Amino acid sequence: MNAGRGRGLAVYTVLFYIYLYLPILILVAFSFNSQRLNLAWEGFTLHWYDVLLADAKVGAATRNTLTVALFSTLIATAIGTLAALALHRYEFGLRRVSETALYIPIVIPEIVMGIGLLSLYATLKISLGLTTITLSHIAFSIPFVALVVRARLHGFDRSVEEAAMDLGANELVTFVRVTLPLILPGVLAGAMLALTLSLDDFIITFFTAGPGSTTLPLLVYGMVKTHITPEINALSTIWVLTVFVLLFIFQALQRRTPSAA
Amino acid sequence: MTAIGRAVRRLRESPALQGTGLILPGLLWMVVFLIVPLILIVVLSFGWRGEYGPVDWGTTPTEFLSRLSFSNYARLIDPLYMGVLGTSLRMAGLTTAICLVVGYPVAYFLARSSHRWRSLLLFLLLVPFWTNFLIRIYAWMLLLRTEGLVNRGLVTLGLIPEPLQIMYTPTAVMIAMVYEFLPFMVLPLYTSLEKLDPALLEAASDLYARSARTFLRVTLPLSLPGVIAGTILVFIPTMGMFVVPDLMGGARTALVGNLVQRQFLAARDWPFGAAASMVLMALTLAATVLYTRVSGFGEELVV
Repeated sequence: MNAGRGRGLAVYTVLFYIYLYLPILILVAFSFNSQRLNLAWEGFTLHWYDVLLADAKVGAATRNTLTVALFSTLIATAIGTLAALALHRYEFGLRRVSETALYIPIVIPEIVMGIGLLSLYATLKISLGLTTITLSHIAFSIPFVALVVRARLHGFDRSVEEAAMDLGANELVTFVRVTLPLILPGVLAGAMLALTLSLDDFIITFFTAGPGSTTLPLLVYGMVKTHITPEINALSTIWVLTVFVLLFIFQALQRRTPSAA
Repeated sequence: MTAIGRAVRRLRESPALQGTGLILPGLLWMVVFLIVPLILIVVLSFGWRGEYGPVDWGTTPTEFLSRLSFSNYARLIDPLYMGVLGTSLRMAGLTTAICLVVGYPVAYFLARSSHRWRSLLLFLLLVPFWTNFLIRIYAWMLLLRTEGLVNRGLVTLGLIPEPLQIMYTPTAVMIAMVYEFLPFMVLPLYTSLEKLDPALLEAASDLYARSARTFLRVTLPLSLPGVIAGTILVFIPTMGMFVVPDLMGGARTALVGNLVQRQFLAARDWPFGAAASMVLMALTLAATVLYTRVSGFGEELVV
C-alpha cells in the first residue's frame, strides 16, 4: 500500500468511527445531565437512573423481554440445530422445500412477516401477547441458528462417531457424548444470535404484541414517540453498555475456543 | 418383533428417514409461522375490507372466494401511492449507494490493517451493529432537533443565521437510515476483502497496473460477493422501513412500509395493506434476484 494513500485511508477511518460513535456518546453524556430538556449541559446527576429504576413500566418491559428471549432462544436453538444436522448430513425428499423455507425470512422485509403473523393470529382468533411474540421470534430465529450451526458443521469428522458406535455406544449415547460436545461452539454461537435477535427485535414484535406484553424495544418506541426525557438516555446508556460487555465476553470466549471447532 | 421395534429398525436403516425426522420440527414451524401467513397475505390482498372489522370474510368461504378481485391493486395505481412507491425505491436505493461508497474504504482499511488493530476496529463496528436501532434513531433525533446540537453548533460557528428545520424532512430520514445501516454494509464488505490475497495486488502492480486500474480490475471484482451481500442487507430492510420515517419524517415522508403499517394498525383496511405489502415484496424480491444472479452469495451473510 502506498504510504500517502494509506495515511489518507487511516484518517478517513478515524473520521468514520467518530461519526459512528459521536451520536451515541452524546446520548450517553446527556443521561448524566441535570437539565430536563436534553439541550445544554447543566450539571452532573444520577437522577435519571433513579427515575428509570423506579419506573414500573421499565421493570415489566424488562421481564417481558427476558421471558420471550429465554423461551425463544431455547426452542429455536434446539429446532435450528436439528435442521442444520439434517441439511448437513442427509439426503431426503423435503430437502429443497426446507432450504427454501429457511431462506425466505432472510430475504423478505420483516414488516411482511409481521403483518402475515398478525393476520394468522387474528384469523385463528389467538389473542396477542407474550405467547404470540415468542412463537414469532422462534420463527425468525430458526433460519439464523440453522445457518450458523451449518457453517460450523463443515469439517466435522464423522469417523469419531463411527468409532463410538464401533465401541458399542448406541445412537443416543453417541449424540450426547460425542456429537454434541464437538458441535457445541456452533450451537452456542447460534443460541447467542437467537438471543440477540429476540432481545433486539422491534418490527415483528410491534405487530404481534398485545396489551400488557410491551417489550423494551416497544417501550423505547413509545417513549421516543410521545416525550423526549433523559430517562430514555439513561435506559439507552445501560443498553449500550450491556451490548458492549456481552460482545466483549463473546469475543474473548471465541478467541479461547480452538478455531477447528 | 413389536411395532416400535420395527419402526426403530427402519429408522436405523434409512438415512432419508432420519433426515426427514430431524428437519420436520423446523420445517413445520416455518410452514405454520411463515408460509401460511404469507399465503394468507396473498389471499387477503384480493379481499375486501369489512364493515366492522379489518377483513370481510363473508358468511361462507364460497362467498368470500367469489368476491375476490384485483380492486386493491387497482387502488394502488393512484398517483399518490405510486409516488410513495417511487419515494421508497429512491430512498432505499440512495441509502444503499451512500452506505456502499462511505463504507467501502473503511472495510478496505480494516481488511489491510494489522491483526491487533483489526480486531479492535471490528469490535468497535459490532457495538453499534448490535445496539438497538431505536436507540440509534433517538440519538439522531436529539442531534437534529431545531434546538439540537447540530443546529446550535452551526449557528454558533456563524455558518447559518438561524436554526434549520431538519427534523421531519426527507433529509432527516436519509441521515438516520444511512447511519442505521452502515455497519450492515461494512461487515460483509470486510469479510470478502479480507479473503483477498495481497499477492494478487502485488502481481498487478508488478505488471505495472496503476492503482486505479488494480482497484477496478482486481480488488473490486473480487470483493463483489461482499458488495452484493451488503447491498441486499441494506436494501431489503430500507425498502420495508417504517420506523425512521414514522419518528423523523413527519407527514411528508411516507414510504411503502408506512402505508402498510397504517392500513394494518390505524386505518384497519387489511386487504389494501396486504396488496401494498405484496408490491413491496415483489419489488424487493425482483431486486434481490437480480443481484444474486450476478453472483451467488451465501456465507457472506453470516457475519
